[in-house]
Amino acid sequence: MFYHAIVFLPLLGAIIAGIASLRQHHNIATLVSIAGVFLSLVLSCFAFVEIALGGQALTVEVARWIGSGDFQAHWTLRFDTLTAVMLIVVTGVSSCVHIYSVGYMSHDKARGRFMAYLSLFTFAMLMLVTADNLVQLFFGWEGVGVASYLLIGFWYHKESAHTAAMKAFVVNRVGDFGFALGIISIFALMGSVQFSDIFANASTYQSHVITVFGLSMPALELVSILLFIGAMGKSAQLGLHTWLPDAMEGPTPVSALIHAATMVTAGVFLVCRMSPVIEYAPLALDIITIVGALTAIFAATVGMTQFDIKRVIAYSTCSQLGYMFFAAGVSAYPAAMFHLTTHAFFKALLFLGAGSVIHALSDEQDLRNMGGIWRKVPVTYAMMWIGSLALAGFPFFAGFYSKDMILEAAYAAHSGPGMLAFWLGCAAALLTAFYSWRLLILAFHGTPRASAKVMSHVHESPNVMTLPLVPLALGAIFSGWLGYELFVGQDMAAFWGDAIFILPGHDALANAHHVPTWVKLLPIILAASGVILAVVAYIVIPSLPARIATMFAPLYRFFFNKWYFDELYDRIFVAPSVAVGQMLWQRGDKGVIDYYGPDGLSGFVKRSSGMLTKLQSGYVYHYAFAMMIGVVVLLSWYFSGFGR
Amino acid sequence: MELFTSEITLAHYLSVAAILFVLGVFGIFINRKNVITILMSIELILLSVSINLVAFSAYSADLSGQIFSLFILTVAAAEAAIGLAILVVYFRNRGSIAVEDINVMKG
Amino acid sequence: MISSFFFYLFAAVTCLAGLMVVTARNPVHSVLFLILAFFNAAGLFILLQAEFLAMLLVVVYVGAVAVLFLFVVMMLDINFVELREGFQKYRTLGIVIGIILLAELFTTFFQLTSDSGALPEATGVHNTAQLGRVLYTEYVYLFQLAGLILLVAMVGAIALTLRSRPGVKRQNISTQNSRRREDTVRLAKVNSGEGAEAKEGSN
Repeated sequence: MFYHAIVFLPLLGAIIAGIASLRQHHNIATLVSIAGVFLSLVLSCFAFVEIALGGQALTVEVARWIGSGDFQAHWTLRFDTLTAVMLIVVTGVSSCVHIYSVGYMSHDKARGRFMAYLSLFTFAMLMLVTADNLVQLFFGWEGVGVASYLLIGFWYHKESAHTAAMKAFVVNRVGDFGFALGIISIFALMGSVQFSDIFANASTYQSHVITVFGLSMPALELVSILLFIGAMGKSAQLGLHTWLPDAMEGPTPVSALIHAATMVTAGVFLVCRMSPVIEYAPLALDIITIVGALTAIFAATVGMTQFDIKRVIAYSTCSQLGYMFFAAGVSAYPAAMFHLTTHAFFKALLFLGAGSVIHALSDEQDLRNMGGIWRKVPVTYAMMWIGSLALAGFPFFAGFYSKDMILEAAYAAHSGPGMLAFWLGCAAALLTAFYSWRLLILAFHGTPRASAKVMSHVHESPNVMTLPLVPLALGAIFSGWLGYELFVGQDMAAFWGDAIFILPGHDALANAHHVPTWVKLLPIILAASGVILAVVAYIVIPSLPARIATMFAPLYRFFFNKWYFDELYDRIFVAPSVAVGQMLWQRGDKGVIDYYGPDGLSGFVKRSSGMLTKLQSGYVYHYAFAMMIGVVVLLSWYFSGFGR
Repeated sequence: MELFTSEITLAHYLSVAAILFVLGVFGIFINRKNVITILMSIELILLSVSINLVAFSAYSADLSGQIFSLFILTVAAAEAAIGLAILVVYFRNRGSIAVEDINVMKG
Repeated sequence: MISSFFFYLFAAVTCLAGLMVVTARNPVHSVLFLILAFFNAAGLFILLQAEFLAMLLVVVYVGAVAVLFLFVVMMLDINFVELREGFQKYRTLGIVIGIILLAELFTTFFQLTSDSGALPEATGVHNTAQLGRVLYTEYVYLFQLAGLILLVAMVGAIALTLRSRPGVKRQNISTQNSRRREDTVRLAKVNSGEGAEAKEGSN
């Protein structure tokens, strides 16, 4: 009962809030949704203590679902350490965001609907992490996609918002297609989609080969790659990342919850959950490493040129997700999960803090129009510092422990992809520090670039918005230090138990503790250099960024335009699809089907009846003439002998 | 050439009647001028039928053809009277008897 | 020989007159040609030994029907309508069909009736007497019916065209007969030298 409640309380909250918001009872909606998620958090804490710390993994059956011959997929909740960690992250960040939204959306006419959507999202995410079979996981996967669409396009009257929501959904769909193919191939290979069956039998399929369209591939490789494609879509990795920056059209709490802490981490979660299978697919692991590393550096280069405060943080998220993936790629799944947890805290903190800044500056989002407000919004300022320090990986903040762990594991993998990931990760660390301090300086320091009217309204956010930041800040500071031993240290094996599987040969994580000192120190040095660079570029010599931009103009433009991915996809996929659609509509639908069908038929009837009406001329002598012709024809017929 | 021998057979009379019949019929719908021409064409048709009947009656020595021709005459007179009365009333209402204007029942 | 000459004469004139009826421009000419056609048809009837019918044709058709046509043509204000262009295409089609029809009819007649032979000899009885013998005995009911048709036609023609014009003075017999003395005549005692004006209380 207790375990069911964790998952279903947010759903209940969402339903009640939804109904209440339809009747404009926004306050009831807000209260109920917050209560649902907060209770779920409390229960999750108990669950964490019992399952993760106490080592009692369990499965809870809920209801029958699909029982079709060999294909069995039922509603079952699986609670192990991986789940417990995700439960804390999801419910924790969700509760903070719910409470924050009370303040942020207080002027919105549809805030009840917003809270209902947030709770709905939470439910879907919880369903995803507690799934015991791939189909239920896919249900949660799709559910978070839907919730993301609803929330990105929350202000649906804005064209940019609803197109961004569509884009997110469509790009996710591409990933989901790969995911679905992965599920199908697992079923075809192993005859079951239950995790228990898959994990138990994965090793026996190592030598199986699948042949598709004449190409053959080891079965587990194919499965792993397909599942990773799904993860790429959901976690905005390079190639399927185009939706994440545009998703910033949604309200800031949405960005904090979905696009920082929870939905985008679902991909990482999937890879870690499927570790018993992926461990047997070395090619897939390499691909994951390379893609993650490339994403990390790509997002960092783009993030340092953007001017929208939320977009900078969004690209930062994309970059950090790359870190998590390349950690998983070198079989350091615990490190990936560790970074996932710490990142959830400080990224949510950064987003919510950015929301405070936007709110304070009367909905200004462009960094070029900010500045000089650090004295006026001290709490927000402090929170942003804490988040940035954690992100950059300053010693003793959370990011230091998790990010450094990842880089050390990448180094210790001693493989080609691993070393590539290490160096790219280090470069990205430098850029991360740089753009984080660029953001801080541009947003808070210097001469105010906003109008005098806006500056006069700058005020600290109300308590309802600053109080939720506190647990997040605490997490950003202490979660690394507190969780280090459990997640990736001495107690790692006992903590994770069977939740994560690492093949004995893949010992990158184990070796990570024994890397040379320079490897341990390099990230800190790079972070410090990044900060100094930012200070030089934006405080000491303010004209420097513009000069560098003009000096390296093509490179600058390349980074600024997101490596032209959107334009590329538009040219390759979007424009041809639109053209094909147009052609099918004009020539196929209207030209063929309508032409021979309704339009053709009606036109034909009209024409032929028009011709027939000419026979009714109204002149009697026309009718007499017709009769005469009839008589002549009859006589001719008779004469020609037919009548006889 | 047997047409022009001195012997006038039934066929000759029937041919005359046929010519008159065709003239009458085509008089009905070839004219565009006025309605009276139509009525006169009808009289021509009836005349041709009468010639036909009387010719048959004469060549078969049966009087019923002539009796029937008598009745045709009666009916033709009656119909001419009524037709002209209608025409007069129509003219009063419409002011013209051009055939082309009588197309109110157009489909 | 003579009879065949007259036959051809009457036949030709009848057909020509029929053609002119249809194609004449002036409606009065049309009626006159119709009269000519009737006369020659009567001649044809005489050749067929049906004298009574021939005279009947002259009296009824020419004397009554054609005159009626003439009355109406004169009464209505008919303009000389020019032959319109649209007529042409109908005329060619009509002529073609007419020729076809005639051809078929002629071939039928000359094949079917090739054995009809010459006209039977005339009997001594008059055509009129012959008709009278048959008409009032065998066909008496049809005769009465024909009378009724004529009655109906007469009534119909009057009913269609009768109209009462306002302002025309005419006698209304029943009103005249139902007039009372009291409404019309009044005796007044008149003193000499005075006018015969209405006084109160006089009779």
